[in-house]
Amino acid sequence: MNTDTISIMDDFLVRAVLAGAGVAAVTGPLGSFVVWRRMSFFGDTLAHSALLGVALGLLLGIDLTVGVLAVAVVAAILLLGIERRTGLAMDTVLGILSHGTLALGLVAVAFLERVRFDLMGFLFGDIFAVTATDIAWIYGGGALVLALIAYLWRPLLSATVHADLARAEGVPVDRVNLVFLLCLALVVATAMKVVGILLVAAMLIIPAATARPYSRTPERMAVFAVIIGWLSVAGGLGLSFAADTPGGPSIISFGLLLFALTTGLMTLRQRRSDG
Amino acid sequence: MDQVSRAGGPIVELSGVEVRAGNRVLVTGIDLSVSDGEIVALIGPNGAGKTTLIRAALGLVRPSTGTSRKRRGARIGYMPQRLNIDRNMPLTVRRFLGLAGRFEPGARTQVLEETGIARIIDSPVHDISGGEWQRTLLARALLREPDLLVLDEPAQAVDLTGQAELYRLIGEIRDRRGCGVLMVSHDLHLVMSSTDQVVCINTHLCCAGTPDTVSRDPSYVALFGESVAETMALYHHNHDHAHGVDGSIVHEHGHDQHHG
Repeated sequence: MNTDTISIMDDFLVRAVLAGAGVAAVTGPLGSFVVWRRMSFFGDTLAHSALLGVALGLLLGIDLTVGVLAVAVVAAILLLGIERRTGLAMDTVLGILSHGTLALGLVAVAFLERVRFDLMGFLFGDIFAVTATDIAWIYGGGALVLALIAYLWRPLLSATVHADLARAEGVPVDRVNLVFLLCLALVVATAMKVVGILLVAAMLIIPAATARPYSRTPERMAVFAVIIGWLSVAGGLGLSFAADTPGGPSIISFGLLLFALTTGLMTLRQRRSDG
Repeated sequence: MDQVSRAGGPIVELSGVEVRAGNRVLVTGIDLSVSDGEIVALIGPNGAGKTTLIRAALGLVRPSTGTSRKRRGARIGYMPQRLNIDRNMPLTVRRFLGLAGRFEPGARTQVLEETGIARIIDSPVHDISGGEWQRTLLARALLREPDLLVLDEPAQAVDLTGQAELYRLIGEIRDRRGCGVLMVSHDLHLVMSSTDQVVCINTHLCCAGTPDTVSRDPSYVALFGESVAETMALYHHNHDHAHGVDGSIVHEHGHDQHHG
């Protein structure tokens, strides 16, 4: 790295833009799958388990992203196991685990009193405090996730549409689903720094849902979701910088604004064309 | 698939198959086979285990006892029951067909012509009718150039005229391609004319044979009740009465009795 890039990376605003753009590039396609698979609550549960990962990381003195990733992976695999067993409805299981893991995480970090610890930063993200290491995680993990999703695109779509039909056509559905969940865990672990544990699911869902009415194909929806994510990051960071509002919540608020505007516009246009 | 049978035999063959979910027996003691050019209809009431049996034939579920054999190298085209695509997923008919995987470039043109859906190829899957959707599912199964078509309730959500057309289409496809067909239906009289063999199940095997013998079988009558059996009987004896709109029996020459 030469001195120019170091000085640029020293600028917290540049780091924030890079981090936000990197996260949005991955949450676009992954969030589209979360929406298609009706897994928004699942994403939320994975994100909430991240606080336990933070506590684990602090306790063991390892990189926090590694701790979060480890817990998210275990949570994803546990949820997959529970989903296979019938008994409780999936939304009940997720409802229990989503808030249960969050509560456990809050209790766990309370035991770590001696560690200097910014709870709000983990819950709502602290995009202006991301380090060069965080950015390396976001881009390294993001590149891996995008490469996997691109490679598995058709089998993943086919398994999303109908698992049995995909199986009958030779798609290894269970393996594909496992890879998808691991990707989701990785995205949760890296996006946490930017938008926070409580808002990771929003970053997955809002851009994808905003893109839906303007898309005729799955690919277009994924690409539009990325662009809408970037707009949200730009708008949110602008708002945050100008009005000194928290970064993560500002990005999500801007995304919500885009969603409300485009959905409203769509409804109006439909009503007009209906006469 | 547990085993692979030698070439020349049936495309799929289930013998003594039992499938359990936990301790619950979903189907038990079922023998069933489909050969080239043969249409086998699997009938039975709701919850009889028809879909479970289909899944066993496809190798999607492993029998707890018995065997499910597939002929070596046999390709299977599957049309599942109740495939609803989430409205959140934008998908055209073309892209839905593309999910079937690699196929010969000429195959799609031929399949579109066969199923008559060329007109709607670029329509979103959410905007087409129930009959068009079932034909699209059939087209995806055909793209694999299957030796065996496995169709789970192919005529669901299709009106009566459309149902007859769809079953005729399935018959034509069998004639043209010489493939075997295993299809699930809940009413025998609809599939009767296009079926070679009927297997009637209600968890266990009730009766099997040609449509004619099955419709006269006491266990079939017991399973579906007198009313269905009576409907079936219309195919076998001459009408000596008709049914009034209230279901009462009206004798052919007795209309004036109502006024009398």
